[in-house]
Amino acid sequence: MAKEILNEEGKILLLGNEAIARGALEAGVAIATTYPGTPASEIGDTFAEIAKDVGIYFEYSTNEKVAVEAAAGAALSGLRSIVSFKHFGLNVASDSVFPLAYLGVKAGMVIAVADDPNCWSSAQSEQDSRYYARIAHLPMLEPSDAQEAKDLTKKAFELSEKFGIPVFIRTTTRVAYMRSLVKLGKIERIERKVKFEKNIKYRNFPPKILEVHEELHKKLEELKKEGEKMCSVFNRNSKSKIGIIVSGVSLNYVLEALEELNLKIPVLKISMTYPLPEKSIAKFISKLKEVLVVEELEPILEEEVKKIAKDSNPKLKIHGKDLLPIVGEYKPEIMLQAIAKISKKKIPKELIEEKFDAKKIEKRLMQLCAGCPHRASFWSIKKALGSDKIVAGDIGCYMIGVHPPNNILDFVSCMGASIGISHGISKTGEKPIAFIGDSTFFHAGIPALINAVHNKGNLLVVILDNRTTAMTGHQPHPGVNLTGMGEETKAIAIEDIVKACGVENVKVVNAYNIEEFIKTAKEFYSLPGVSVIVAKGECRLQAVRKLARSGAKIPKFEFVEQPDEEKAKELEAFGCPAIRKRNGVFYIDKNLCWGCGTCTQIFKGIKPKVEK
Amino acid sequence: MKVFNLVVVGYGGQGVLSLAEIIERAAFKQGFDTKGAELHGLTQRGGSLQCHARFGEKVFSPIVRKAGADLIIALEPLEGLRACYYANKEKTILLTDERVLNPSPVDEEKISLEELISEMKKFVKKVETVEASKIVERLTGDIAMSNVFMLGYSIAKNLLPIKKEIAWEAVAEKIRPQFLEANKKVFEEAFRA
Repeated sequence: MAKEILNEEGKILLLGNEAIARGALEAGVAIATTYPGTPASEIGDTFAEIAKDVGIYFEYSTNEKVAVEAAAGAALSGLRSIVSFKHFGLNVASDSVFPLAYLGVKAGMVIAVADDPNCWSSAQSEQDSRYYARIAHLPMLEPSDAQEAKDLTKKAFELSEKFGIPVFIRTTTRVAYMRSLVKLGKIERIERKVKFEKNIKYRNFPPKILEVHEELHKKLEELKKEGEKMCSVFNRNSKSKIGIIVSGVSLNYVLEALEELNLKIPVLKISMTYPLPEKSIAKFISKLKEVLVVEELEPILEEEVKKIAKDSNPKLKIHGKDLLPIVGEYKPEIMLQAIAKISKKKIPKELIEEKFDAKKIEKRLMQLCAGCPHRASFWSIKKALGSDKIVAGDIGCYMIGVHPPNNILDFVSCMGASIGISHGISKTGEKPIAFIGDSTFFHAGIPALINAVHNKGNLLVVILDNRTTAMTGHQPHPGVNLTGMGEETKAIAIEDIVKACGVENVKVVNAYNIEEFIKTAKEFYSLPGVSVIVAKGECRLQAVRKLARSGAKIPKFEFVEQPDEEKAKELEAFGCPAIRKRNGVFYIDKNLCWGCGTCTQIFKGIKPKVEK
Repeated sequence: MKVFNLVVVGYGGQGVLSLAEIIERAAFKQGFDTKGAELHGLTQRGGSLQCHARFGEKVFSPIVRKAGADLIIALEPLEGLRACYYANKEKTILLTDERVLNPSPVDEEKISLEELISEMKKFVKKVETVEASKIVERLTGDIAMSNVFMLGYSIAKNLLPIKKEIAWEAVAEKIRPQFLEANKKVFEEAFRA
């Protein structure tokens, strides 16, 4: 986190995510909640670091749905609140988001959601969350850089309070992880003394719903006027008959391309993308012959512009997904080519010559860290039960189990689905194995586990308890004794929950103890019904960082003899990145080894290195 | 100053993110408009990692455009070659550490430094190599601070338009106090290498 985030004034460099947190502080936010998810994780992480200093409340909630509910409770009571998550988080949260438009909020409530075009850190789909604003009847603002991320967050609070409904801030990876200059405003420090006041309008129940629905549409009409005020036009005085309509990060690519091509064509930048500022769009396109609509992912704006043009400029030629891709993220060169095409400009020659071919370069896939307890767990399950079983993955670092050399996971869907889908598969007569992480288990695994027990499913569940939410940056979860604000709390033992779900065969094993793990896995898999192994082993990255900070040495290992052919194959299949082989000789790269020592259980010729 | 286009690459865990952020902070301190693009989360787990930093009078895109890099700093040569997507034969300098980490741990002879350099040369104006991790390992016992060495080295060789003192200020802001002394040693060594 940028240390300067609490500066009173001046210009500083912030990540888009940090800027959203700062914007909330400047708007007088009192409560912030989240469930971590990249590319939104640092919004919550920023609050985690500063909440105590600025006197606000912050929590890592158990999942996105309860995160929304906690934030809503504050907003209903009269405190400004913000909740943040990644796009899939909004899928989980949506059940609690939709009724909020009907209940209304008393104080401003902002829902920050981050999409991930290109799936840089997202496994399930290239989701476009802009559709949610439309289903939920809630306005959506889209910043294009860190400055706007801050300013629009502030604006979102203002609009939310004015109209009495939550407002979305939607970013994409390249805004969330853009580090750019932000001019700071004043942090509002507010009194947190409010009282929930009973109000008949919160009793959201028919026949009132229909009236509120009607009222909502009126609010959206009024909100359009706000959106009109938030539009900006670049190159306004241009005589060009070609124009560009853009929102979000793509604005930067458009302006970059115009500069490089030395073009002065007009650009309409839309900040409120729902409801749309139709008048501004109609006015902008009225004198144009051609317009290029620039938006990553689905052609939502493009379809809207087409509708608007039917009345205001039916002859307008509308470009969008005919020149720009629907899949993946945009890049400056993609924009340059599209704009060069509509403006009949030449493309720089280095963009045409295709000499460089990335496909020819050996891929470096993401992998489990050296010393990762999940590698040991995968290994034990393979050793115990072979490679022919159906194995489900879930959401977390252990998704990497789909890659070689692990090659263990047959499918990965969404949070908690490893257990739910495996239960369904068990009804076909198979007995699957479901891997699920600790944070994921708390998030969405529990109802699925109860379902499997109650409905007599037949599966082995392995809960990978690495004592943290590792993939998103090591946030705490209900299984550890620290809250998001760093306060001590009750750690909820996973095995206790599992027992309470009705599972009779449950055992906690040390993830690094291969022999014990194999024995337990064999035994549990042979038992009918639902069995659960809780594989405990702290995330090695977290453990090593703790060791380094305390000044302790990380144990090192070395080969004192070379493995035979069979053992060599085993070591290769184990796939620790620190176990390397050059010219037929195995060695341990001390710069990569994080000293877990699991390899010594696989090959006795590896021994702790004696310091000379 | 015309916008300077920098791409910093390596594999997850090498300190690519920190290096990019340090350079962005230094550029900002030096008075430049600055934008950076980084990636977090799953992308960091040992896989290829590319960060962008652009600074100058006015910066729009946070991402360097294809064939637009002035400088590529590669903490690992294979990743340096991969970053040649951003290379331009007319202007790009590629500075790379000499330590190759083959993606396949048990097939280490598969890709050699020499091959990688000769490939890189097809796309860039100039390749500069330095035994960064070797020097850093000799100094500190491991290679963790190679990123700070590469920062110092690129300034020492006039590849990066950032002032030495300002760069160090940015390092000091970013690095935990207990590691500062060792980093200082590494940073200074880069100017003697």
